[in-house]
Amino acid sequence: MRDARALHPGAWWVWALALAVAASRTTNPLLLALVIAVAGFVVVNRRGDAPWALAFRVYVWVAVVIVASRVLFRILVGGEDGGHVLFTLPTIPLPAAAAGIELLGPTSAEELLGGFYDGLRLAAIVLCVGAANALANPKRLLKAVPGALAEVSTAVTVALSVAPQLVESVHRVRRARRLRAARGRGLRGVFVPVLADAMDRSLALAAAMDSRGYGRRGHLAPKVRALIAVCVLSGFAGVAVGIFGVLDGSAGWLGVPMLVAGLVVAGVGFVLGGRRIRRTAYRPDPWRLPETLVVLCGVLACVAVLVVPPASLDTPANPPTWPTLPPLPVVAVLIALLPAWLAPRPAPVAEVAS
Amino acid sequence: MIEFSQVSVTYEGAARPVLRDVDLVIEEGELCLVAGRTGAGKSTFLGAINGLVPHFTGGKLAGRVLVDGRDTATHPPRELASVVGVVGQDPLAGFVTDTVEEELAYAMEQLAVAPDVMRKRVEETLDLMGIAGLRHRPLRTLSGGQQQRVAIGSVLTAHPRVLVLDEPTSALDPTAAEEVLATITRLVHDLGTTVVVAEHRMERVAQYADRLLYLPGDGSIGSGTPSDVFAGTDVAPPIVELGRLAGWSPLPLSVRDARRKAGPLRERLAAAEPARKPIRPADTVLTARGVHVRYGRVPAVRGVDLELRRGEVVALMGRNGSGKSSLLWALQGSGERSAGSVDVLGLDPGTARPRVARSRVGLVPQTPGDLLYLDSVGAECRQADTESGAAAGTTKALLDRLVPGVDPAAHPRDLSEGQRLALVLAVQLAAAPPVVLLDEPTRGLDYPAKRHFADVLAVLAADGHAVLLATHDVEFVATAAARVVVLAEGEIVADGPTADVVVSSPAFAPQVAKVLAPQEWLTVDEVAQALR
Repeated sequence: MRDARALHPGAWWVWALALAVAASRTTNPLLLALVIAVAGFVVVNRRGDAPWALAFRVYVWVAVVIVASRVLFRILVGGEDGGHVLFTLPTIPLPAAAAGIELLGPTSAEELLGGFYDGLRLAAIVLCVGAANALANPKRLLKAVPGALAEVSTAVTVALSVAPQLVESVHRVRRARRLRAARGRGLRGVFVPVLADAMDRSLALAAAMDSRGYGRRGHLAPKVRALIAVCVLSGFAGVAVGIFGVLDGSAGWLGVPMLVAGLVVAGVGFVLGGRRIRRTAYRPDPWRLPETLVVLCGVLACVAVLVVPPASLDTPANPPTWPTLPPLPVVAVLIALLPAWLAPRPAPVAEVAS
Repeated sequence: MIEFSQVSVTYEGAARPVLRDVDLVIEEGELCLVAGRTGAGKSTFLGAINGLVPHFTGGKLAGRVLVDGRDTATHPPRELASVVGVVGQDPLAGFVTDTVEEELAYAMEQLAVAPDVMRKRVEETLDLMGIAGLRHRPLRTLSGGQQQRVAIGSVLTAHPRVLVLDEPTSALDPTAAEEVLATITRLVHDLGTTVVVAEHRMERVAQYADRLLYLPGDGSIGSGTPSDVFAGTDVAPPIVELGRLAGWSPLPLSVRDARRKAGPLRERLAAAEPARKPIRPADTVLTARGVHVRYGRVPAVRGVDLELRRGEVVALMGRNGSGKSSLLWALQGSGERSAGSVDVLGLDPGTARPRVARSRVGLVPQTPGDLLYLDSVGAECRQADTESGAAAGTTKALLDRLVPGVDPAAHPRDLSEGQRLALVLAVQLAAAPPVVLLDEPTRGLDYPAKRHFADVLAVLAADGHAVLLATHDVEFVATAAARVVVLAEGEIVADGPTADVVVSSPAFAPQVAKVLAPQEWLTVDEVAQALR
């Protein structure tokens, strides 16, 4: 039996994002259901007992809402599209300025199906991200970011810990307001003390961080700093365009080549910027064989789906056809299920009571 | 180790400097206690040691501060992190990460200490602070004493030569304070760390201090051995005041020293009796029966029976987390109450509307500022008059009676702790509740402010209010309360006149009682009266 330990958060994120990219390429409901099932199964098998691990439930609800709202939206602003009309609701007349939009009215089976497929695709992507959130400790992930992003990651870490404090503070102030039986000016009565409290806390935190050495840095020439900024920004722009190209499927030079170029440029910026920050990490998460395997599973699944001709992944809603299961993508998505056994079990979080 | 030469600090827009021409040297391995009234400049002095003043707070620092040979003018706090460790008043507010082990490593990560060294130092510090059992625990689940020790540990891992502590034991119950102080003295004696500590509750720290730095409030700093300096300070622990009264020289700082000198005093007092107002039988205004409070599956209060009578001041004591606050909130009716009954003059505040409940029971919460949201004292007072349906000017009149001379145009946040407490108390009293509950009211008050506040409570009691205050401050209880209720794990374990309950208790006995035991004297004032 392998030791229980947390898998490197980066590995989970790569796996989950790869799965999300695969899901974004298809409207085949069976394939999407398979992706959702795979993500859910891995989460149930490999999540810890920490608070963030319970977040998956929230993502499931978000996914349900997405699907439902997509379908409802189609009913609301549907319109005659020549399909099989299922039911007809009374049309709400709109002023002439909004001509061409019809509220309610007839709804066809094709429309509902199209909305459902669309919603399901979005839901699958959201669930993949949710899986990453449930499997990886967000704070450990921030620790693993490269040196140049250390300051951003500290800001996010602090924000993450401030949120629960803010909730606590709102709760305390609202309870205290009952003591005064205060009425009217409701917002102000809560807002002012909470804000004052938050200000005090953040000043105390900033002073504590400063006194403990946060923000020490080596000196860099202004030219180098400008170069770093240009590299990181243009790299990110390249990555964004590249991702768009890849997802669009109409590939060309906008796709993979742009993505790779963007990554390289941004990487140079990070390496240069990281040299400026002198700090070390305490017990960083190790990157061992299981991490590599999990990443490989995700990437393999993604690549396999990407190489299949896009047409074979579409299930047309008009005319409605029974979806088929293309063999290669199914195998690919099933590969992404392997981390449920390849990843080590997470160590239980230390007992809360002493 | 620390050298101030001709240091003056002036904040933006201030009429006069907070510190003026301070010259002093603190040697290596000294434990320095910084004493002075609220606002005398203690925090400024502490901040100047690691450069937070002026780098972080702003203001202008003239002169030179050298720490281990480094000038704070050219070294910002982050560059001094390996030399000076600073722990603020609220340890929770200063935590950056969320588990004990990561918090201990944080400073070292910033200083780029090699990973293997970090690992070793974290283990050493866990043992040194006695918190090895807590290493994986989330910081928010720790008790106050544990949090304070983690906060100290988290600056110690950087191996600083100087440790600066601002009010390390103010929020702690007596036992937790002992733990923290034991750790601090261990650092001084075993590692030779220089420690500078500011503390309002001087009775806890004075006996361990090698040197007392006294800020009289005019910008100067007096320095010397504690027993010399205490001869002329306006803030002093009860034991010193007893020593001054009895004319002991040198002034004793620990109970042991005082007891060894107190033989003649005990003989003189043997015939006398402490003059205490007898507890008059008065009508009961609050009756609680079988009160239970439970959060989820965790019980906080378990079956408390309590009666409060008109004109009495009752102290509610107990460890941190023993259910004191939960009980107060349940009695007021705004908090959770899972079982039991509360009756205030025929009405249950728990089921009444908030407006009615507060006209029966007024509660001043632990952070009184939560109740204030307007931009001037006058506006708060007028708002309170409307809320309680009292005649215009009621609240302001109450406030003037509690603390005369608060400027109505002042912003509530600019008031001193004592003034803000009085303002919130006045706001709650405007509804004329027969029962007044106070949660930890003496936090952040210095000795004169506490004495004044004890007088305020006496006035309330004389007006016929029943007052119940939750506190760990044994010295304040000895002065202010006639009756003490002790809670442990949500149950009442003792309830009786103050002298009967506290004198025999090692944790809750005030210093005077410890010095003069087995005689039952509680405060210096009682002794002074008997000697007159």
